[in-house]
Amino acid sequence: MIRLEAGLRRGAFRLDVAFEAPEAGVVALFGRSGCGKTTLVNIIGGLLTPDTGRIDIGGEVLLDTATGRNVAAENRGVGYVFQDARLFPHLTVAGNLDYGLRRTRERTRGIERGEVIALLALGDLLPRRPHTLSGGERQRVALGRALLAQPRLLLLDEPLASLDAARREEVLPYLEALRARLSLPMIYVSHAFDEVLRLATHLVVLDAGRVVAQGPLADVSLDPALTAIVGPAAAGAVLDGRVVDVDAARGLARVAIGDHGELQVGAAGTAPGMALRVQVLARDVILSDRPPEGLSVRNALRGRVTTISAQDDDTRRVLVDLGCASIVAYVTRDAVDALGLATGSIVWALVKSVSLRSHPFPGRHV
Amino acid sequence: MTLTPEELDALRLSFAVATRSVAMSLPLATLIAWLLVRGRFRGRFALDALVHLPLVLPPVVVGYLLLVLFGRRGPIGGWLYDTFGIQLAFTTAGAALATAVMSFPLMVRAIRLSLEAVDRGYEEAARTLGAGPVDRFLTVSLPLMLPGILAGCVTAFAASLGEFGAVITFVSNIPGETRTLPLALYTAIQTPDGDAAAARIATLSLMLGFAGLALAEWLARRLRRTLGQA
Repeated sequence: MIRLEAGLRRGAFRLDVAFEAPEAGVVALFGRSGCGKTTLVNIIGGLLTPDTGRIDIGGEVLLDTATGRNVAAENRGVGYVFQDARLFPHLTVAGNLDYGLRRTRERTRGIERGEVIALLALGDLLPRRPHTLSGGERQRVALGRALLAQPRLLLLDEPLASLDAARREEVLPYLEALRARLSLPMIYVSHAFDEVLRLATHLVVLDAGRVVAQGPLADVSLDPALTAIVGPAAAGAVLDGRVVDVDAARGLARVAIGDHGELQVGAAGTAPGMALRVQVLARDVILSDRPPEGLSVRNALRGRVTTISAQDDDTRRVLVDLGCASIVAYVTRDAVDALGLATGSIVWALVKSVSLRSHPFPGRHV
Repeated sequence: MTLTPEELDALRLSFAVATRSVAMSLPLATLIAWLLVRGRFRGRFALDALVHLPLVLPPVVVGYLLLVLFGRRGPIGGWLYDTFGIQLAFTTAGAALATAVMSFPLMVRAIRLSLEAVDRGYEEAARTLGAGPVDRFLTVSLPLMLPGILAGCVTAFAASLGEFGAVITFVSNIPGETRTLPLALYTAIQTPDGDAAAARIATLSLMLGFAGLALAEWLARRLRRTLGQA
């Protein structure tokens, strides 16, 4: 487990956080700019010492202000990928990659140079100087350099934030590959929710220096505290499933959610057996009090209303338990009244296959 | 333009003095620059002022102070002579010390500027890659400071070639021992019929100055290009 507590005061800014997350997978620290994300990763990396705090990574205590223990950053074995890469300008790509590697003991090396170079496609870049690389290439080298220092934990501080959309798409697949191929705990800092959806297994939401929600991504995706940050247009349940079969003739793929749930999504890019993450946007969900007939919608999921709360004056946020998972729907106050919806009501949640956003989510941590 | 053996001697001596002077002050100047930029201690301002003192004092005063401290009967000079048999007053080594003191602020300033320009983010990155304080200074900060250090060396070298007041006061004007180019020029001016010699030495000094500046610029450009700063 990753266990962390930290308190810090710097002028008007206050950080007061505590969270626990499994080591396996990617923990996303998500929040707006200025919420304390970078401060927190600097604390974990040892570049900043908090006023009070405790950091425990898999039983190894790196910091405990109560006992005075504070392992120096250079001895923490915590890798750090900075937003601005920070490749050493006086060294070649190869020199940068080897910088951390040379400072590790041979017998503790589990991540090999050749493997990292292949995984991040760095072979052609080795003799080049950092200033001749594109932004995306720089971040790949920074990733490789951090990995070769054989970290027990990898911190990634908005590694894509300084890249434009096209470059971001160049780097994201490498991050997905790392998550899938290495059993290395990662803490990924971002203010872009689409990156979090692509990478995270666990989510810690920060707001003004405090944790406002934390847990497995599927659970936190239903949390109103997250909606407050991403906005209602991007809010919705996140479901992790597996493709059962692909019906090319109908252009649809069946995705198993849990043991007995099923969704139909567009077949494009799917293959049987593929781990798939599906986001069901709350405002795309239609609720019906009876099984639908004669509609184009491909997904009609029977479930039970667990809570109804106000999203705003005229919109209600309805949480529906489908048995395998929960989804959230935004419907008008008027519709709730007309259908007589209340806690315990049986409803059918209708979701168009074309409005589902899905992407492969490979990895041993799903 | 042909130089007399005495003038060649002065040229050779100037180079010897300047080289020794730069070699003496470089490690200390780097340390002091580091303390002034990164140090958090009481007396930082006093140290800063002390380092810069030779810039504002008349060189003759510096030479006089050196004579008082490092002369055969001075507190430091006496000890050096009794313990190691080293004599500084009226020797080439003493000339190098005098020029080192005079050019020290120039070197500290250049190194300090280059250290201030080093992004501490690189040092943080080195920390997270397992490099301790000395390790990251030697492998990250120092290479990034190199353009400034080189510039500092060249400037200090050029200034050392030309130092007059402190040298003549501390080590006098001894041919073959302490008579560097400016002292030779001064001697030529003082000598009847020394006009031609004075002109030759002045021209030589000018050429050396230009060459030094050109070399410094060329080195700095090359280094900046390797670091991708150009």
